[in-house]
Amino acid sequence: MAGIPHDHYEPKSGAEQWLHSRLPIVGLLYDTIMIPTPKNLNWMWIWGIVLTFCLALQIITGIILVMHYTPHVDLAFASVEHIMRNVNGGHFIRYLHMNGASLFFIAVYAHIFRGLYYGSYKAPREVTWIIGMLIYLCMMGTAFMGYVLPWGQMSFWGATVITGLFGAVPFVGEALQTWLLGGPAVDNATLNRFFSLHYLLPFVIAALVALHIWAFHTTGNNNPTGVEVRRGSKAEAEKDTVPFWPYYVIKDLFALAVIMAVFFAIVGFMPNYLGHPDNYIEANPLVTPAHIVPEWYFLPFYAILRAFTSEVWIVIIAEFLTGGIVDAKFFGVLAMFGAIVVMALAPWLDTSSVRSGRYRPMFKWWFWLLVVDFFALMWLGAMPAEEPYATFSLIASTYWFAYFLVILPLLGVIEKPLAQPSTIEEDFDAHYPPKDSASAEAAAPTPAE
Amino acid sequence: MFKKLTIAVALTLGLASGAHAAGGESHVEDFAFSFEGPFGTYDQNQLQRGLKVYTEVCSACHGLQYVPLRDLSQLGYTEEEVIAYAAQFEIWDPTLLDGEGDFRPAIPTDHFPAVTSAGAPDLSLMAKARAGFHGPYGLGLNQLFKGMGGAEYVASLMAGYTGEEKEEAGAILYENTAFPGGWISMAPPLYGEDVDFDDGHSNSLHHISADVSAFLMWAAEPKMMQRKEAGFIGVFFLIVLSALLYLVNKRLWAPIKRKPTA
Repeated sequence: MAGIPHDHYEPKSGAEQWLHSRLPIVGLLYDTIMIPTPKNLNWMWIWGIVLTFCLALQIITGIILVMHYTPHVDLAFASVEHIMRNVNGGHFIRYLHMNGASLFFIAVYAHIFRGLYYGSYKAPREVTWIIGMLIYLCMMGTAFMGYVLPWGQMSFWGATVITGLFGAVPFVGEALQTWLLGGPAVDNATLNRFFSLHYLLPFVIAALVALHIWAFHTTGNNNPTGVEVRRGSKAEAEKDTVPFWPYYVIKDLFALAVIMAVFFAIVGFMPNYLGHPDNYIEANPLVTPAHIVPEWYFLPFYAILRAFTSEVWIVIIAEFLTGGIVDAKFFGVLAMFGAIVVMALAPWLDTSSVRSGRYRPMFKWWFWLLVVDFFALMWLGAMPAEEPYATFSLIASTYWFAYFLVILPLLGVIEKPLAQPSTIEEDFDAHYPPKDSASAEAAAPTPAE
Repeated sequence: MFKKLTIAVALTLGLASGAHAAGGESHVEDFAFSFEGPFGTYDQNQLQRGLKVYTEVCSACHGLQYVPLRDLSQLGYTEEEVIAYAAQFEIWDPTLLDGEGDFRPAIPTDHFPAVTSAGAPDLSLMAKARAGFHGPYGLGLNQLFKGMGGAEYVASLMAGYTGEEKEEAGAILYENTAFPGGWISMAPPLYGEDVDFDDGHSNSLHHISADVSAFLMWAAEPKMMQRKEAGFIGVFFLIVLSALLYLVNKRLWAPIKRKPTA
């Protein structure tokens, strides 16, 4: 791999040389695990490992669940109960899988907002960012289809509502929806294809994760200062970095163990806390639940979907300009997907030359407002579609778009950034002063995170 | 950044899941069940009393189709007692009479029968399909620490009839303080002193409501004890592992961070 200069794998024994000249896989693994990593990474850089672990956890528990699950509308619900009651350890494996999805999304949101704050999306890491967004989209698809499989009331009605969104597409909507469902309504054909895709997509995600890692191993990691590692020589690079093994492997494993302790407490003591009681009622197409609420990790985007009702002036204008082709329902769908698209376009919307939010005094405020906005949308997505929540949702959705489309481009022009350290080593030494110059460096306070 | 995010996540998850229970303005009483919290366990005597209430009252209209009868051994019954208990149910066996099918007495490997005649819902998962008190202030803390409260909801429903009735569209509805909307089509199933317990335990309405709800919680989540135990072992070892990894990490980074290595 290109990038930061470092030692490469040298096959020593005859057997190693034999393999290396035929398939340099050991060298690939060595270079991956020994990659020089900025030595000033903080605790927000642990989420990548947590996410990789989540993917492995979901695949392993999922494969075991498939051994006992039956994808049929008459049998699916009962087969989940069979797992919960009769399969050895089945109840725990299912709860791990169910709550594993929540952990996966907590980690991915932390990971995304880390990237947004420290400018990890900026050149030269745009491709890493785009692949990350594709992973996130695949995760949402996988999670949504997985939630349908237990065939409870929320499974069925959630599937009905979400696939109904495709029906809002002009002209081809109805045909598209029927094609997706495999019939006129959510039924056995839908359950079967969702099961098939729910099994397939995690492996697509795994492949994308490999590309994601490949991409950022080519550019090198970002770091809290946003200043690049010096690459003039190996000796210079070593002043800014430590090898991934053992330094970050151990640090990440420590963080993972702490997170796992919390996760096991949730799975062991309150596994249904993040779920919806209605999903313990078998799907019934004749009975609509009082509130159809998606899982918590979809709520921010669900709020954006619902925010643009037919009374909103921008929707009225869109409807007028397109001659009614873009109605309120389709506008909502466009807004929901658009909310993710504008986030994916952040590398080109952010005009600031400074990467890390640490040195951007105005950006900081807007960023934290975006975080608040995200949680506000999450809360609003769970509220019934009535006042005052509708107005709040509209305001919060508007800010989401304004942040990416207006604030990021403008800030780069009007903001006067603070002085950045010239090297990672300088920033690190400010935190951990060298012995001989301790008194001189200690006077300079470091920005707290 | 890390701390702020963690706090925000915790609060919002509580608030967001809050909407789940925020539907009706029904009143769910806070019963003190023995199985609440991380260390709570089922009270076997209470489960046996609850089974008796279910058998003598509820089972007339409600089935427990996902619960295997053999699982009753978990309530402390001997194999003979389970066989004797199972035999009181008639189940349809399609293999009898050369494939024509016939009824036969149930055996422990059968499930409780599904009862559909009265149009009443199956109770296998009822205690997990309902939620109880979500507060305080919609924060979800009660559910976080004490469980989702499905059993509380069932018990409150049993004890929540006011005695008022009304006729609507040809059906009689009964006023109930726990039921969302306030009017339920199920006639009051329990009045107190409906069943007698061999050990002379109180059979007041409040007590038998709690007993049958505890039994339904067990029926919905028979592996709760194993789950909590596995969770506890997992948390314990992960805390030990975290402590060890913390020390390794500290020791490993000490030279890089120019700190003394003890």
